[in-house]
Amino acid sequence: MRLFKRLPAPLLLGLAILALMAAFAIAPGAFTPYDPLGFDFSALLAAPSLAHPFGTDQFGRDLLARSISATAIDLQIALFATIFPGLLGTLIGLLVGWYGGVVDALFGRLVDLVVTFPFLVLVIAIVAVLGPGLVNMYIAVTIVGWVFYARLMRSEVMVQKNGEYIAACKVLGYSTPRILFRHILPNAIRPVLVYAVTDMALAILLGSSLGYLGLGAQPPEAEWGVLIADGKNFFTTAPWIALFPGTVIVIAGLGFSLTGDGLADLLEVKR
Amino acid sequence: MSLLSVENLHVTFSTPRGPVHAVDGVSFGVGAGEVLGIVGESGSGKSVTLRAIPKLLHANATVSGTVRWRGEDLHAMDDARLRAVRGGQVAVVFQEPMSALNPVLPIGVQIDEVLTAHTQFDAAARRKRGIELLGLVGIASAATRLGQFPHEFSGGMRQRAMIAIALAAAPALLLADEPTTALDVTIQDQILKLLLRLVGELGMALVLVTHDLGVVAETCDRVAVMYAGRLCETGTVHDVFLRPHHAYTHALLRSMPGEGAARSMLVPIPGQPPRIDAPVPGCAFAPRCTFTEARCATTRPALVAMADGHESACYAAARLGSEIAA
Amino acid sequence: MSLLSVRGISKRFPARRGMVDMLRGRPKLAVHAVEQVSLEVFRGETLGIVGESGCGKSTLARCLVRLHEPDAGAIDFDGADVLGLAGPERRAFNRRVQMVFQDPYSSLNPRMTVGATLGEALMVHNVVPKAEIPRRVRELLDLVHLMENAAERYPHEFSGGQRQRIGIARALAVEPSLIIADEPVSALDVSVQAAIVNLFMELQDRLGLTLVFITHDLRLVKHMTHRVAVMYLGRIVEVGPTAEIFAAPRHPYTQALIRAVPQVKPGRRSGEAAVMGELPSPLNPPPGCAFHPRCPVATAACRETVPGLEARGGAWDVACLLAG
Ligand SMILES: Nc1ncnc2c1ncn2[C@@H]1O[C@H](COP(=O)(O)OP(=O)(O)OP(=O)(O)O)[C@@H](O)[C@H]1O
Ligand SMILES: Nc1ncnc2c1ncn2[C@@H]1O[C@H](COP(=O)(O)OP(=O)(O)OP(=O)(O)O)[C@@H](O)[C@H]1O
Ligand code: SF4
Ligand SMILES: [Mg+2]
Ligand SMILES: [Mg+2]
Repeated sequence: MRLFKRLPAPLLLGLAILALMAAFAIAPGAFTPYDPLGFDFSALLAAPSLAHPFGTDQFGRDLLARSISATAIDLQIALFATIFPGLLGTLIGLLVGWYGGVVDALFGRLVDLVVTFPFLVLVIAIVAVLGPGLVNMYIAVTIVGWVFYARLMRSEVMVQKNGEYIAACKVLGYSTPRILFRHILPNAIRPVLVYAVTDMALAILLGSSLGYLGLGAQPPEAEWGVLIADGKNFFTTAPWIALFPGTVIVIAGLGFSLTGDGLADLLEVKR
Repeated sequence: MSLLSVENLHVTFSTPRGPVHAVDGVSFGVGAGEVLGIVGESGSGKSVTLRAIPKLLHANATVSGTVRWRGEDLHAMDDARLRAVRGGQVAVVFQEPMSALNPVLPIGVQIDEVLTAHTQFDAAARRKRGIELLGLVGIASAATRLGQFPHEFSGGMRQRAMIAIALAAAPALLLADEPTTALDVTIQDQILKLLLRLVGELGMALVLVTHDLGVVAETCDRVAVMYAGRLCETGTVHDVFLRPHHAYTHALLRSMPGEGAARSMLVPIPGQPPRIDAPVPGCAFAPRCTFTEARCATTRPALVAMADGHESACYAAARLGSEIAA
Repeated sequence: MSLLSVRGISKRFPARRGMVDMLRGRPKLAVHAVEQVSLEVFRGETLGIVGESGCGKSTLARCLVRLHEPDAGAIDFDGADVLGLAGPERRAFNRRVQMVFQDPYSSLNPRMTVGATLGEALMVHNVVPKAEIPRRVRELLDLVHLMENAAERYPHEFSGGQRQRIGIARALAVEPSLIIADEPVSALDVSVQAAIVNLFMELQDRLGLTLVFITHDLRLVKHMTHRVAVMYLGRIVEVGPTAEIFAAPRHPYTQALIRAVPQVKPGRRSGEAAVMGELPSPLNPPPGCAFHPRCPVATAACRETVPGLEARGGAWDVACLLAG
């Protein structure tokens, strides 16, 4: 409890949002009586009301229930679309930063190549080749996204490896893996962790964008982007179909950004 | 009469973690042709004291006390008058030469600015004076150097350039904050000798902040020793170094490797340097002092005269006794 | 008998060239950080290395512990060639030669407790059985006069002087015979320097350590070293017994250096600077004797001939053509 009192308010708010999302993902049934896939032809395109706070869609499915049940997939996307590129990028950045020289020059070219294309365009192109679906989306995001983690990690490692505590490790005859993983990694990981949490917000947007385009999660799996896509045809007559899932995405994104920023301060090393 | 006199100077910074009383009742004076050294360890308030004199502190500082420049209250002056004094009659050399020089202006232009503000010289005379000043601080081929930028200068030359700028308007008082700490001893030696020449030949007054007791011993006439934002001892260098009347000065001098037998154990000062954000009642040095008596921990000792022009704020002043074999 | 013997090592760092330099076809430049340095360190002694900023003291120290690989020359430790060591032999060498760093803040891993830092060194080198590590950590802390409960704390909870003690304890953990200390007190407050200096002298007497003590504080060198090597622009210009050199320095640079150091003795003011000019750029050292542009007694020969470090008719070596 004392820990909570010491945490800054924005971080607490961020964590609270994420906790709520996690609860939605684990027990979606606990928050709404409706079946997200249950048709109700007596309430087609019903506007938000007490019975249906988010309204219903063209099949009478409750949008709150659908938004809540989509949380599991969206959180999964947030997690996997950052963990895979994050791990790969961290490892590559660690090695590139440590060895430098030719390895670094090659890495630099590769980064230049990847960043000349807009991130989304590249991911869409790869998914288009591999075929739609979540797994292929993770593969595509990993192929493109590791670069950003590796770049962050590399520059941080470049700083850390010149620290005198690393010189001390070398003089003590420690092995390179020990120096890399026990000494440099814990000191260089902070920007990557912070970026990863913020990146989760972007991953949700990405997942939603791909869902919207029909390249990510496939219907009838409810995913926030898919929900918005469903609503696009009714945007003038029943704007709530797209509006509420959109709001949920914004709130989730906020949760991740607040947590990321708070984490940045929390992980700051004391000198 | 003193050119500059500082009486009961207090500086408090407001910080997110509460007020920090960085300078606590400091008084001293400097006369023409005199060199006053201010010594003390890191964080003891030397720089803050120096910067408070010409009102060059950060916005979060509250300053009280009187600072008189030739009898006139410096802190009561209006802005125009203050600007005329500052940089003209009273010049400052800051601790960090790189941050005090403008990186995008050639050195010559920076000297010219001072001359424009504080002298009646025309352009040609200003240029001539610029070359003269660089030569004075020992920078060779001064005419070409005037056109160069700070980053084209070595560390030692930047420090000299800073001093040249400070000296541009022939100030009557130079406030120098660790002007040689970042420099090599041979360069330090050159710069201190230059400053001493200006003091001797032009009657300039000099306040020299340093933490090197050797620099004080060889350069200054009088010394003010600071500890935790307070003045603990002032007097002539000779009196203070040979017969310190404050336990801290005494301990500091005894801790230096001196003429004692080679490889004999030094006499360290126990404990940690004080934290200005956690002041103690009584004497600030009491937690580390080997001469304490009961009142040291409870009642703050006042600065009292020990001999002619020698003041100390220490209850043990009379008990320190023996001379320091420096 | 010498424990460490350095023969003619050199280290150059290639300087970055800007586009303009390359296009204009300017030659590749290199910082001559250490040039042709030869040096003996005798068992049980304290050898001081002094010189001004940038003269190559740290580079030399880092070559000795193989943090830098010298471009030329040889280093023998206890009769074995150091530069050829690899694998387990190199690790064995690391155990016997340790380093203490200048910056007490950056030389400790901020995310490891003091106990973990010391324990790691003990574990990697199997200094003591695993079960004994906590006990040995306590002994090490005691050796450098830190409290036992320091083991659970992180570096940021300590003052600069205390951190330097931790750095010393870490070096001592592997039970070295030689410690190279690179400006170990320069970053500390004057009032805590004496205690660290005492610790070095005490440990040396107690453990029979050999110590190479790098500093620019000549007062300290005079007090605590047996012999001293004076460096100027990458080279050693004079090396010999400390007391004798301070009493009668033979090299003009040593003379200037000693004269320039302000003594803690009031009123020794003299009007003349000990030496004029500044350290030349190490990218482009002067020909002949590197000190000749500043030397008050330089002759025409000094501009052409590089003086070697030789006895030149005296009791210790000096690199000056006019010495004798
Ligand atoms: N703008 C500021 N806000 C808050 N505290 C300040 C500010 N400037 C200085 N201080 C505090 O005032 C105290 C005295 O600082 P000062 O710079 O005068 O020390 P010093 O004696 O010059 O030390 P050094 O030898 O390291 O230069 C320090 O504890 C410092 O942290
Ligand atoms: N890793 C490096 N890359 C390039 N140049 C270097 C490197 N390390 C040192 N140098 C250069 O080599 C020269 C000698 O540096 P070194 O750090 O050995 O001097 P030093 O005598 O230890 O100085 P100080 O007293 O300032 O610590 C300097 O000109 C420095 O700029
Ligand atoms: S060799 Fe010549 S230039 Fe060098 S120190 Fe001796 S006298 Fe001076
Ligand atoms: Mg200061
Ligand atoms: Mg160095």
